[in-house]
Amino acid sequence: MDPRPYLTVAVLLFLLGAAGFLVRRNMLVLFLAVELMLNAAGLALITFARMHLSMDGEALFFIMLALAAAESAVGLAMVIAIYRNRHTLNADKLDDLRG
Amino acid sequence: MHDALFWLCASLAVGGAALAMLRREPLKCALSLVTSFVALAGLYFQLKSPFPAVLQILLYAGAIMVLIVFVIMFLNDESAAPGKGDLSRGGLVFAVLLLVPLGWVLIRAIWNADWPMMRAAPEDFGTVPAMGEKLFTTWLYPFEVLSLLLLAAMAGAVLLAKKRLD
Repeated sequence: MDPRPYLTVAVLLFLLGAAGFLVRRNMLVLFLAVELMLNAAGLALITFARMHLSMDGEALFFIMLALAAAESAVGLAMVIAIYRNRHTLNADKLDDLRG
Repeated sequence: MHDALFWLCASLAVGGAALAMLRREPLKCALSLVTSFVALAGLYFQLKSPFPAVLQILLYAGAIMVLIVFVIMFLNDESAAPGKGDLSRGGLVFAVLLLVPLGWVLIRAIWNADWPMMRAAPEDFGTVPAMGEKLFTTWLYPFEVLSLLLLAAMAGAVLLAKKRLD
C-alpha cells in the first residue's frame, strides 16, 4: 500500500480550506474552512500512524478532534456575540482596529 | 477493489470540500462539508483505523456539524448574502500567490520522497481496546489536560453567548 495518494488528498483538502479562508468573507464559511483544514491535518495524522504502524498518531487525532470540538463551541459563541452587537457576519466590515 | 473504494472516497472528500468552499449559501456549504467528512471516515477505514473513522462520523459529521448548522439557521443573515461582498478580491490574489507555490512544493515533496511502503497492520491496530490502552497509558496526561480544556471551552461558550456581557 502506498501512502502518497492519501497525503495528496490531505494536501488538496488543506489548500481548499486555506483558499476558502482567504477568499470568502462570510464568517460562518470562514469557520467551515478552518474545520476543513483541521480535517486535512487529521487525515495526514492517520496516514502517518498507519505508515509507521504506531498508534500515537491516532491518539493525536483523538486530541485534535476534542480540540476541534472546543474550538467550534467557543468560535460559534463568538460569532453569535459579534452578530448580536454588530448585526453583520461580513468579516470585512469588522475593521474597527484598522488605523 | 481497494483502489476503487479509495478513489470513490477521495473524490467525494475533495469534491465535497471544493463545493463547500464554492457554494454561496452557508447552509449548503455546511452540508457539502458533511459529505466530505463522511468520505474522510471512509478513508480512515481503509487506513485500518476503525475507531478514528467512527469518531469522525460521530463527532465531526455528527456533533460539530449539527452545532454549526444550528448556528447558521439561528443567525439566518442577509448582510453576507450572495452579491454583497462575500468574496474578497485582494484575498483571491493573495490566495493564488501563496497557495499555488505551497501546493506545488508539497505535492512534489510527497511524490518525490522515499516513503516506506505500508506493511500489513497487526490485527488490533486502530481498534477501541488498543486505542484505549494507548490513551490511558502513554497519553494519559494530555488526555486529562484535554478534559480541562473542554470544561474551559464550555464555560467560555456559555459566557460569550449570553445575552448581556456586563
